Amino acid sequence: MTAVLFDVPGPRARRRHLIGTVVAGLALAALAGWVLWVLWDKEQITPEQWEPFTEPNIVNLLFEGLVDTLTAAAVAIALAVALGAVFASGRLSDHAGIRWPSIVVIEFFRAVPLLLLIFFLFLGFGGPLGTFWALVLGLMLYNGSVLAEIFRAGILSVPRGQSEAGYAIGMRKSQVMRQILAPQAVRSMLPAIISQCVVALKDTALGFIIGAPGIVRDAERIYIAPQYNNPLAVGIVLAAIFIIINYSLSRLATNLESRMRREGRAVIGTEAAAEG
Amino acid sequence: MPDYLPELVDRLLDGFLVTLRLLALSGLLATVIGTVLAAMRVSPIAPLRAFGTSYVNVFRNTPLVVLFLIAVVGLPAVGILQGSFFSRAVAALSVYTAAFVCESLRSGINTVDPGQAEAARSIGMTFGKSLRIVVLPQAFRAVIPPLASVYIALAKNTSVASAFGVTEATYQLSNLNRDFPDELYLSFLGIALGYIVIVAVISGTANRLERRVAVGR
Repeated sequence: MTAVLFDVPGPRARRRHLIGTVVAGLALAALAGWVLWVLWDKEQITPEQWEPFTEPNIVNLLFEGLVDTLTAAAVAIALAVALGAVFASGRLSDHAGIRWPSIVVIEFFRAVPLLLLIFFLFLGFGGPLGTFWALVLGLMLYNGSVLAEIFRAGILSVPRGQSEAGYAIGMRKSQVMRQILAPQAVRSMLPAIISQCVVALKDTALGFIIGAPGIVRDAERIYIAPQYNNPLAVGIVLAAIFIIINYSLSRLATNLESRMRREGRAVIGTEAAAEG
Repeated sequence: MPDYLPELVDRLLDGFLVTLRLLALSGLLATVIGTVLAAMRVSPIAPLRAFGTSYVNVFRNTPLVVLFLIAVVGLPAVGILQGSFFSRAVAALSVYTAAFVCESLRSGINTVDPGQAEAARSIGMTFGKSLRIVVLPQAFRAVIPPLASVYIALAKNTSVASAFGVTEATYQLSNLNRDFPDELYLSFLGIALGYIVIVAVISGTANRLERRVAVGR
């Protein structure tokens, strides 16, 4: 509970809260009951809808799809980290001729919808690239640009005395960056980077739209099969799989962030990652 | 075959009109739902807090594409949400974005120093007064930047509707590419420019608003 809005409750407020808890509990239970009843009424809570998910071939199909999705996300994130480092150092450059193009490129890819980018890569280069690489390259360009901004914030969060001390002992800018700023910045950026992984993993599902291999495409094959025909159940299973993975990753990021804050370290928080 | 440039302008206008309608409607709905959720998440009633938290965790961690699948294919297949593709897209975008709106509002309220509200209460302000005069004005200021990024993300997310039967701006890329395959680069840049303008308008408005409510400290 936020301490901003309320004092510690006295006896009367506690009684009010108790009444509120009971009423809200009943209302939410009624809501849950109503949802279940509607699903029951529409014959969604039947063995025909859910049994497919116990068949070994369906489980295998979903598992292979998940591996495809995770592979695409992992490759994209690895490439995006490399690209982000390049973009960030470009944007932090002392030469306007490098800095300005970097800014334009970063801002362009951050402002353009990822799906438009993937469509463009697919329509323009889909032949030689294939759907997997059209998806991965789109993810790389977008997440690389977001990560570039996170990296820049991380570098700038290192106290100035650090780089000044580096220059004072005669280091060049590239040495200061590599040996002094980057190692200290990486720690502070870890929560934001993990959060961005969650965003990238969710966005990997966009590959479904251009037919790239992945769990959503495989799941579609289940519900369009006439013997199953259970799109709602498939959608709920898909959502659950993503929620479990992403929720664990998000928790990891926020735990890391709060631990670093407790230790009094500089930290680029999870909110630095792209929204949605 | 008509000329490319007039056709490009024509289809961009068509597409972005739909994109803006998607953005406005789902932005409005998401703001309403998100505000209610945020109120739940800061309320003293435990079940409401739990509901708000679960909602955010569920919808923030589900890919938008999966929500679209549920809203466009799953639910209509069982007779729920049988409106137009446009309204189904609005439903998916709103419930998804509401989770992010909720989190921005909540983090905004939490940035207000508890001492502020305590001071307001100790000089005898009622709950309503301290909320209206002391807490909310400060929270509003802190909420503008994150809320602006939520709306920017929503503007870009409307593009997913192109794959689910809504002929908005991103759909126009494949549409244009079908008739003018040689002009793919120009089509892409034209549509990208439209999104850039939308993003710039949202962030520009947010900046102006933030400056207006800023206080010298």
